[in-house]
Amino acid sequence: MIEWLSMGGYAYYVWMSYGMLAIAIVLELFSLAARRRHALDQVAQYDEEAGFEEKAG
Amino acid sequence: MAASGFFRYSSPASFYPLAGRLVPVFGWIAAILTVAGLYIGFVVAPTDFQQGESYRIIFMHVPAAWMAMFVYLVIAGWSAASLVWNTRLSAMMAQALVPTGAMFAFVSLWSGAFWGRPTWGTYWVWDARLTSTLILLFLYLGLMALRSAIEDQRRADRACAVLALVGSVNVPIIYFSVQWWNTLHQGASVSLTAAPKMAETMLAGMLVMSLAAWAYTIAVALHRVRSIILEREAHARWTQELVR
Repeated sequence: MIEWLSMGGYAYYVWMSYGMLAIAIVLELFSLAARRRHALDQVAQYDEEAGFEEKAG
Repeated sequence: MAASGFFRYSSPASFYPLAGRLVPVFGWIAAILTVAGLYIGFVVAPTDFQQGESYRIIFMHVPAAWMAMFVYLVIAGWSAASLVWNTRLSAMMAQALVPTGAMFAFVSLWSGAFWGRPTWGTYWVWDARLTSTLILLFLYLGLMALRSAIEDQRRADRACAVLALVGSVNVPIIYFSVQWWNTLHQGASVSLTAAPKMAETMLAGMLVMSLAAWAYTIAVALHRVRSIILEREAHARWTQELVR
């Protein structure tokens, strides 16, 4: 396992590359989830405003 | 009949649930192909006789670089469609792909730097391919900046579509840069017209990882376009009914 991780002396380069890919994917997935939550909040907010208008009218 | 069935999904309201069903399908395909591709790349594929283990960066570097270019072309295609037919969903699809294209462009530059250091002795040179790929990243960032700078979404759609189409000139420049300018970056490893210059298992690993990148991009873009549809249709009756 240690030998495999050492990548024949190129561990730093190989894992910096794959590590950044992993970080980028994780960040993108988090931002996707956040954007969806935010979008749903936006829709719900419009819904509340429309509800108030109906009551007022 | 088939045409009307297809165009039915060009409305955001009917595309939204369809996209929702497709996200997990492509997500699972991406996950399975990634595991398979990494297994081929790290376990099955032999050590390179010149570069040793450092060449294993190829299994993510090449798919990322390909995706960065393909995604840009797909964005240009959606942009052209949105300009010609004035279809809202085309513009939303273009918008949804930009962050993922930027991610792949960044990752291909980053991994290229960490592959260049042990093989060329430098993280960066102003080689034609590296420079044109950096321009690609700036085009993606420019599309995001332009989008956020324009309040009116329909105007932002048109401005971004024009920028995407003008910028697409850069993609063939990236692709052919290794032929047009004789600089540091090596030529194409895979070509439809010539026999592959690498071991079959190496090629297989790269292709499986590329398919994984495709599936990932489709899943992520569909997920993001659903949020974009919600943002833009927040006031519509059908989105209101979704959150009740």
